[in-house]
Amino acid sequence: MTSHITTSRWLHPGAWWLWSLCLAAAASQTTNPLLLALLIGAAVIVVAARKPDAPWGKSFEFFIFLGVMIVIIRVLFQLVFGAGLGTTVLCELPGVSFPEWMSGLRLGGVVTLEALLGAFYDGLRLATIAIVIGAANSLASPTRLLKAVPTALYELGVSVVVALSFVPQLTADAGRIREMRRLRGKTSRGLRGFASLGLPVLAGALDRSIILAESMDSRGYGRHQKESSVGRRISIILVLASLSLALIGVYSLLTAGMGAITAILILVVGLTLGGLTLWRAGRTRIRTVYRPDVWSRPEWLVSTAGVSALTIFLIAHASSGQALTLTPALNTWPSLPLWGLVAFAIACTPAITSPPPPTFTTEMPIEESSKALT
Amino acid sequence: MIRFDGVTFRYFEDADPVLCDVNVEIPAGELALLLGATGSGKTTFLRAINGLVPHFTGGHLTGSVSVNGRSTRENHPRELADLVGFVPQDPVSGFVTDLVEDELAYSMECLGIEPPVMRRRVEEILDLLSLSDLRGHPIHTLSGGQQQRVAIGSVLTAAPEVLVLDEPTSALDPGAAEEVLAALHRLVHDLGITVVLAEHRLERVMQYCDSILLLEKGVITAGLPSELMQTSPIAPPVIHLGRLAGWDPLPINIRDARRAAPPLRALLAHHSPGLHVVPTQQVKVTQVKNVHSSYGNISVLKGIDLDLEAGEITALMGRNGAGKSTLLRTLVGLKDPAKGSVHINGVDPRSLPARELLHFVGFVPQEPHDLFEALSVATECKASDSDAGCAPGTTRALLALMAPDVNDNTHPRDLSEGQQMLLALCLIVAAKPPLLLLDEPTRGLDYPTKKKLGEVLRGLATGGHSILLATHDVELVAELATRVVIMGDGEIVANGPTQAVVTDSPMFAPQVSKILAPQRWTTVEQIAQALNQEPA
Repeated sequence: MTSHITTSRWLHPGAWWLWSLCLAAAASQTTNPLLLALLIGAAVIVVAARKPDAPWGKSFEFFIFLGVMIVIIRVLFQLVFGAGLGTTVLCELPGVSFPEWMSGLRLGGVVTLEALLGAFYDGLRLATIAIVIGAANSLASPTRLLKAVPTALYELGVSVVVALSFVPQLTADAGRIREMRRLRGKTSRGLRGFASLGLPVLAGALDRSIILAESMDSRGYGRHQKESSVGRRISIILVLASLSLALIGVYSLLTAGMGAITAILILVVGLTLGGLTLWRAGRTRIRTVYRPDVWSRPEWLVSTAGVSALTIFLIAHASSGQALTLTPALNTWPSLPLWGLVAFAIACTPAITSPPPPTFTTEMPIEESSKALT
Repeated sequence: MIRFDGVTFRYFEDADPVLCDVNVEIPAGELALLLGATGSGKTTFLRAINGLVPHFTGGHLTGSVSVNGRSTRENHPRELADLVGFVPQDPVSGFVTDLVEDELAYSMECLGIEPPVMRRRVEEILDLLSLSDLRGHPIHTLSGGQQQRVAIGSVLTAAPEVLVLDEPTSALDPGAAEEVLAALHRLVHDLGITVVLAEHRLERVMQYCDSILLLEKGVITAGLPSELMQTSPIAPPVIHLGRLAGWDPLPINIRDARRAAPPLRALLAHHSPGLHVVPTQQVKVTQVKNVHSSYGNISVLKGIDLDLEAGEITALMGRNGAGKSTLLRTLVGLKDPAKGSVHINGVDPRSLPARELLHFVGFVPQEPHDLFEALSVATECKASDSDAGCAPGTTRALLALMAPDVNDNTHPRDLSEGQQMLLALCLIVAAKPPLLLLDEPTRGLDYPTKKKLGEVLRGLATGGHSILLATHDVELVAELATRVVIMGDGEIVANGPTQAVVTDSPMFAPQVSKILAPQRWTTVEQIAQALNQEPA
């Protein structure tokens, strides 16, 4: 069975997303910086081992950068607006005290170690979520994920994926236009320079999206069979009914206005109707899928790794003894439990159990790719 | 197969019609070439075939367009996707997926074709277009020629009966263009597909086409190449040569022309090609010494030595990816060399602040509109005056000289491609940089605009600018350049006077030199001068 693992192929993108969403959910359970660092570590190790040599593979560094920015901004906000928690005073910033009626607001003032640490932990949790999701983004091509999307949601999915793929394009454009400004003898430092990039970048993005829309239209995107007017009316009624039932169900579950069983019943009926609507909508589309990704042993291993890591975190969350480990006190060094190491080891297994992505001897275009690199 | 019946089209109610009472029928299995000046409505005509005009673009269309009996009036482009394959001018922006194989399957997925059929067709198209080695590659790692073939393949898998292409070879080097055209030729011959294509570089496509549609002022004249070319104002050098020599029937391709050429060759035997007058001012403007450069671990420039003198027009040629753009970027200081040095008038361009840079080296990029940032031509020119530190009105006066018909209030992006190029050139030239770099300046330009650009550049060179242009356009090089530098794999493989370099190379030889080899003529003008005659 080892041949399954060693031959290179694309892993089903759903498996990568399941794995990464589980890690993200696990991260949301804790502010312990050691546990969060382990989760980031797992993402980094797996990406390092299985990052494809393709454009989307390069996006991970951006997410690392995003994570760092999140932490920095969170801490800065704490410095400026934060309330003075704790007692260990580090320094005192010039502060502004507002009149009594604005007592919730504060600028500057005393900076305590506890407040800063709390902000850092909180920022780190958000950063971890961003980074593990970034891992899925660079491991699995977003357009391949589309193949697994239900037919009825396909057109919605396409717009999301197109929007996602425009982000790296925009940064490349902005870089190129900044260079061009230098060539014209302008410096683009400061806010003015940044603002003047906007118009050309936007114009370029618009041009490109029109070309893409035109190309998709002339290649048959959005073709579907005509639905009879009765059928259309039934669809509308189904959508409305399923949405309102699901909403009522969720609302009454959360507010406990009705019995839990009634609420769940309403929710289930609403969701079933929703499924029916999707199925009906999918029937009028005539889309087929070329070589859909298979879901076999490696996919099971990768997704199980994610689910197991999450389960460990959830069990810890449920057991009362681990509360201090998950949300450590701010005046002591956080502890690293054994189960955290186990979860880390499991979360790292996809680095070995998933098949390596196909490699290419890139024949080139240096001129084109240079734009992206610089 | 394709029928235009009394088609008149205008973008706005009160605008001049772009197409004016067009009646054309293109029979099945034909390769039709659409000719016309820049902005004459070629793209509009092509888009009308599958209904993008007017369904996608808007506008008023009267008359009817039908393909295989299906009218675009009742059918949207997506409903004609199984009948008409449309390859846009910029295929890269039109790609929907990441991998070659997925892109090929995309149209079929939309059409709901059964998986086993899809599988079979993808394999067939991979073989037909020689893409099978690239099947799993991300599209963005391919070269321009390969991407163009993927774009063609991606519409072919839907098994259309008509293929419409808008300038399929304009961004390609001569070798890659041959690849794409050979693939098209095979489609027409083996599968009987009807092909309609627009192309400015007639010297590349003329030999492959069965019929010509000449679009002038919204009116289309259809005919056989040999008939229409007798009088067409737009013609490749082989036709101009044929007219000059009075060959009858007029040869359309190089092979026929060579067979008709012996008498002309005998006549020219006692003449020698008048060389371009090189104003050798012997002032070294630019010195490039042993420059190495790389992206990541791919080394792109491997020890480039190059001197450029004032008054020279140097053409930089080589296949896509040979390192031309990187060399230009290094010269203008956008890319740091890993080793070696670049000096322009003794100064390293990287050490200069943005304000000073323009007084040493100017760079006109491949997409001239990247340089624009104002909302009208007038404000763009004003901004340029202050950037370049020259007297107010300088740039506008330059533009008036180069392109007299440009309106002050037009948005720069709304100008035609040729006008955009000239405007970008003015913005850069206003500061009088001693070294002027141009990247692929004739992409998408028709013959008259190219001629105009040539005159402008020659004037600048005479004025003492040193000009370096990276280009795939062999005919432009033959007419304009005083020196040719050919790059291959990051090294300079040839460097010498145009006449000597291009006539030696099978890939970069202009049509005239192919016809008259072993004599070293490169342009029709030279021959006309030799025969003491004006060119036709």
